[in-house]
Amino acid sequence: MPFKRYVEIGRIALVNYGKEYGKLVVIVDVIDQNRALVDAPDMVRSQVNFKRLSLTDIKIDIKRVPKKKDLVKAMEAAVDVKNKWENSSWGRKLIVRKRRAALSDFDRFKLMLAKIKRAAVVRQELSKLKKSA
Amino acid sequence: MAPKKPRTGTRNPELIRGIGKYSRSQMYHKRGIWAIKAKNGGVFPRHDPKPKPEVPAQKSPKFYPADDVRKPLVNKHRPKPAKLRASVTPGTVLILLAGRFKGKRVVFLKQLPSGLLLVTGPFKINGVPLRRVNQAYVIGTSTKVNVSDVNVDKFDDKYFSKDAKKKKTKGEGEFFEAEKEEKKVLPQDKKDDQKTVDSALLKAIESVPDLKSYLGARFSLKAGMKPHELVF
Repeated sequence: MPFKRYVEIGRIALVNYGKEYGKLVVIVDVIDQNRALVDAPDMVRSQVNFKRLSLTDIKIDIKRVPKKKDLVKAMEAAVDVKNKWENSSWGRKLIVRKRRAALSDFDRFKLMLAKIKRAAVVRQELSKLKKSA
Repeated sequence: MAPKKPRTGTRNPELIRGIGKYSRSQMYHKRGIWAIKAKNGGVFPRHDPKPKPEVPAQKSPKFYPADDVRKPLVNKHRPKPAKLRASVTPGTVLILLAGRFKGKRVVFLKQLPSGLLLVTGPFKINGVPLRRVNQAYVIGTSTKVNVSDVNVDKFDDKYFSKDAKKKKTKGEGEFFEAEKEEKKVLPQDKKDDQKTVDSALLKAIESVPDLKSYLGARFSLKAGMKPHELVF
């Protein structure tokens, strides 16, 4: 089982600890064995320990330590990182998790009613199939 | 030009606590005492106190109590009604946390002068009548019902006070009979008040899908629900 996601200039990673928790960032340079210089269009370029990053499959084409303008252009150009992320299964799971956490009490009640309805329909179909089999 | 407002505060800005920017003579000049003196012929105007009306001399009392009694200190403190949380506005759905109706989801109507919240089920939906409830035992949800058509002006704390107990005649034979007849019947006008408030509310509630069954269901914590992470 060889590694598939490498730490390299242009690798998109997800910050999983700290102030920038949940942000998608681009690895812009490697400082030493433990730290990377990391940047995103909406944050100040800063160093981050690799332990705080989760690498993704997405990689963009940039030179080492690009100017902020070039970074933003590259992010837009490389088939729109944001879209790729939101369509990936990992990205979709995060979005669902966020939406579930933001449900109000009434929303949770409506969700429960919908789940019961769906289960009833499924059970009906199942019983029909059982009868015909 | 707008009329000039009278000056409030000192003309001597504070550099550090206890030290002003201007000296005594500079302040004398700033306050214009020289101008007031000049207007009044070299002397600062002096107003003698008005003569007080004659008070008849008080006679010494005939009777002094044997011991000096300590009088308690005067206390002019008037408690303010509890401040309403920002999440609790008229029409909000509240979750009651304690008491007979714990877990019930209920519509908030208004805050009474004592600070308690006036709340109703509506009675037809979940059995909670017009009732007073303390804000501390309540979770305010983000769900709101339109209560602009509901008139709650006639309700205040006196409406909910208990009736004064009638004196029971203490005869032995009558005592045992009287106990059986002590059932409390809700007066008809209170039932009518409940009906009028609820009928206006029910229209607003039925216009939102699922809201009626939501108010009829009780709230409970299930497995995996963390109250500090829940958005109400």
